Amino acid sequence: MSRARTATRPDEPLLSVRDLSVRFGLRGQESFAAVDEVSFDINPGQHLAIVGESGSGKSVTALAVMGLLPSRGVQVSGEVLYRGTDLLTCDRRAMSRLRGSEIAMVFQDPMTSLNPVVTIGRQVAEVVQRHLKVSRSEAFERGVDLLTRVGIPDAGRRMKEYPHQLSGGMRQRVLIAIGLACEPKLLIADEPTTALDVTIQAQVLEVLKELVADTDAALLMITHDLGVVAGLCDDVRVMYSGRIVESADRDRLFAEPRHPYTGGLLRSIPRLDSPRGQRLTPIPGSPTQTIPWEQGCAFAPRCAHRADQCTDSAPPLEQSEGRALRCFHPLTGAASQQEAP
Amino acid sequence: MSAPLPPAGGSPDVLVTADDAPGVSLWRAAGSRLRRNPTAIVGAVIVLAFVVVALVAPLLTPYQPGSAEWSGDVTPTSVPGPSDDHLLGLDRFGSDLFTQLVYGARQSLVYGVVATAIGLAFGAALGIVSGGAIAVGGRPGVWIDNVVMRVVDIMLSVPSLLLAVSIAAVLGQNSYAIMIAIGAAQVPIFARLLRGSMLAQGRSDYVLAAEALGIRKRKIVMSHVLPNSIGPTVVQATLNLATAIIEVAALSFLGLGQPDPAVAEWGRMLVAAQDRFEAAPQLALLPGAAIAITALGFTLFGEALREALDPRSRR
Amino acid sequence: MLRFALRRLALLVPVLLGLSVLLFVWVRALPGEPARSLLGQRATPEGIARVNEVYGFNDPLLQQYGSYVWALLRGDFGSSIKTGQPVLESFIEKFPGTVELGVAALLFAVVLGIPLGYYAARHQGRLLDTTIVSGSLIGVVTPVFFLAILLKLVFANWLDLLPTSQRQDPRIDATHITNFYVLDGLLTREWDAALDALTHLVLPAVALGTIPLAIIVRITRAAVADVLNEDYVRTAESKGLSRMLVSRRHILRNAMLPVMTTIGLQAGLLFSGAVLTESVFAWNGIGRFLFDSIGQRDYPVLQGYILLIAIIYALINLTVDMAYGVVDPRVRVS
Repeated sequence: MSRARTATRPDEPLLSVRDLSVRFGLRGQESFAAVDEVSFDINPGQHLAIVGESGSGKSVTALAVMGLLPSRGVQVSGEVLYRGTDLLTCDRRAMSRLRGSEIAMVFQDPMTSLNPVVTIGRQVAEVVQRHLKVSRSEAFERGVDLLTRVGIPDAGRRMKEYPHQLSGGMRQRVLIAIGLACEPKLLIADEPTTALDVTIQAQVLEVLKELVADTDAALLMITHDLGVVAGLCDDVRVMYSGRIVESADRDRLFAEPRHPYTGGLLRSIPRLDSPRGQRLTPIPGSPTQTIPWEQGCAFAPRCAHRADQCTDSAPPLEQSEGRALRCFHPLTGAASQQEAP
Repeated sequence: MSAPLPPAGGSPDVLVTADDAPGVSLWRAAGSRLRRNPTAIVGAVIVLAFVVVALVAPLLTPYQPGSAEWSGDVTPTSVPGPSDDHLLGLDRFGSDLFTQLVYGARQSLVYGVVATAIGLAFGAALGIVSGGAIAVGGRPGVWIDNVVMRVVDIMLSVPSLLLAVSIAAVLGQNSYAIMIAIGAAQVPIFARLLRGSMLAQGRSDYVLAAEALGIRKRKIVMSHVLPNSIGPTVVQATLNLATAIIEVAALSFLGLGQPDPAVAEWGRMLVAAQDRFEAAPQLALLPGAAIAITALGFTLFGEALREALDPRSRR
Repeated sequence: MLRFALRRLALLVPVLLGLSVLLFVWVRALPGEPARSLLGQRATPEGIARVNEVYGFNDPLLQQYGSYVWALLRGDFGSSIKTGQPVLESFIEKFPGTVELGVAALLFAVVLGIPLGYYAARHQGRLLDTTIVSGSLIGVVTPVFFLAILLKLVFANWLDLLPTSQRQDPRIDATHITNFYVLDGLLTREWDAALDALTHLVLPAVALGTIPLAIIVRITRAAVADVLNEDYVRTAESKGLSRMLVSRRHILRNAMLPVMTTIGLQAGLLFSGAVLTESVFAWNGIGRFLFDSIGQRDYPVLQGYILLIAIIYALINLTVDMAYGVVDPRVRVS
């Protein structure tokens, strides 16, 4: 591929999100912060996961980075620096040049994310044609190649078919092919396996992992599933109610979760190293049981470690030993693993 | 997207009203939504004004429709304009224009309502027979549905105004003929609509659940499927009032309307004014505007009702 | 596709047969004895006897219906009581005028309606949207004949801009091959004739096309608004495609599906509207002929025209349904 790409210094982050806030609400109405002063960096080739339940603001963060939030009733503030350019303020043309070529996205629901009246081939080829400036037939050839690489058999024939003729797993592979078509520097994957059957999930994840590795792309994985994180990501940010509550590299987070919410997430998934007979314990309550961060810790209503302090003021995000935590009463040592809520 | 977007403009108290009084709650919730929808209010005001004018027409004017109030000459080129005695002047037959307009409202209201009622009654009956037969099922059910739907197809195969024209031609020129003709042309619309929503309801889980409980299908249809399917039909009836009022005028325009000059009718006023346009444009403009505004009122209200009954359609 | 068309055509047979029965009964249900109502004021004893003879009103009903259908199958749709001209002949003679008008009206509605609906949906809640939506509402509720009269008043009487009656200035000695006057002018390279026919077309087409326009605006707006919320539009935007390509290939192609189905239904509206519009603008087409026939109670003409219109209406809807299959691959397969 002949494309001029500015060299990135290895120490400079590829994407740097600074104090990103997204508020929903029409003018004159009380607005609601779906994302609240979120900051994180992604280095070239790094695989970062944002983990949280539905409603935590993780998908909105991804859409804000892509500039795909609706313009009406949404206020975005902060900075999203891609190699030094603020994506929130750059013009639409520049943004659309970046989208699909430098930064691409794989969406959650393969059943609805492909256009039902346009052939698979065209939906794959159009992004190639747009960014790599190749002819229609070259784009088509590349499309066949991409579909083969994501494990779609008989790709030449599939190119001429429509989405409804493919299974959910196949469609998700197509979405991955679209995302990686121009070998982006950064791929954002928003729950790419959630809508699939469990058996298909593993296959699709494997394909994603291979291709991301092949293309040296950085990955921003949006998921609620720590199992996905374990196999794919180096670094983790845990979000709750719009804010990052814990940040650590994967190994340390899994070995020693500090935030009670992270601990709860870990206890709710099966692990090979957990004692026999131990039951999975879900986090009590639901993400809707929350208090505004202005009044304290949003997780407090569901937290077993809650103290008076937690509902008096909001805990700050404190850095230590290369990780960050937003909690007054973090889990310690053995408690983080074994203790029931 | 995992973050819940707050509903734009949605208000939580709608959900609260839906909790009380099962069965009525849908309509109640719709009512409370209607009261907060400016479109509905504008529509309702127009409709209300129209109905009031129609009802109290004799109080609004000292004259009788169709009677010549002018001793002087009214010629095609000279139609007396507004004066102290005649707010809007006279028409080409020497009748008071304002009187003709308010009595015309009366005529349009009666024609529109009766015609739509006829269409609704027969159309809904066909729809219930058809949709009910399908829901109850079995060979006879399918057969009955087939027959009814073919009849509806035949009626729909002719553009509705031509259907009304042919029916009016058979029945002769009188008020009943007009109302029946306009109403009959609406029958297939109601029949199809009600059958369609009954079929959709019949496939829903609560019907399945009721069947699993061993409730008789006939009872399920009449006490569950039908009440839940009637919403779109009511909306359509409101919208059809607008169509009916326009079509009554169209029949007049085609020379198949109410021939009695003592009965004021907007469509006929428009026809009569057509060739006097340069001399007295108000003779055509006012009845034309009256038809359009009345139709607008019913349309606005019907659209608002549709939105209120189907919260999903709101955005 | 062919099988689909054949099946739909087969379904049409019982409907048309049913309609023929209704029309057959209809003539006999007209007030007074059929021959008298057919002849109307021109009824003389001899005339009645002759009509009874020609129409076979004295035969048993079943036999009468049999010969009616047999005649229809041979293309005999009856003859005008007033002029004796065969119904089919006059229909074929006047149909091009109505097609010309209807196509122009539909073009006006589609070419203006789809962009307006699209822009309204893209600017939901803003002034532009409110204006377009209000305008379309007014368009829906304005009676065709009122609008026609209004246009005539403004453009002919006050502004004196456009012709308001007939299809072409009779002083232009135009050659007519197809009876589509604009097309004829182009084919024969009589540019002035084509232009004249075009200017005659403007007002009637606007009058007839306004309700379809308003409906297309509303349907397009609703459909585009729905599609804008679809995930695949977001996917398309995430690819960095040009705005033009996203709206054309990903938004409009999907939003056109519901619009297409209504265009078929507009055909019925156009036929009804043509009766009113053509009579206001003295447009020589089937609508005006029907209008005159209603006035003269020329029932055989009404009977034949209604049947012919029903056939054409059904064929239009069949075509639209087939076109739908071309655009929507999900229908094509099943």
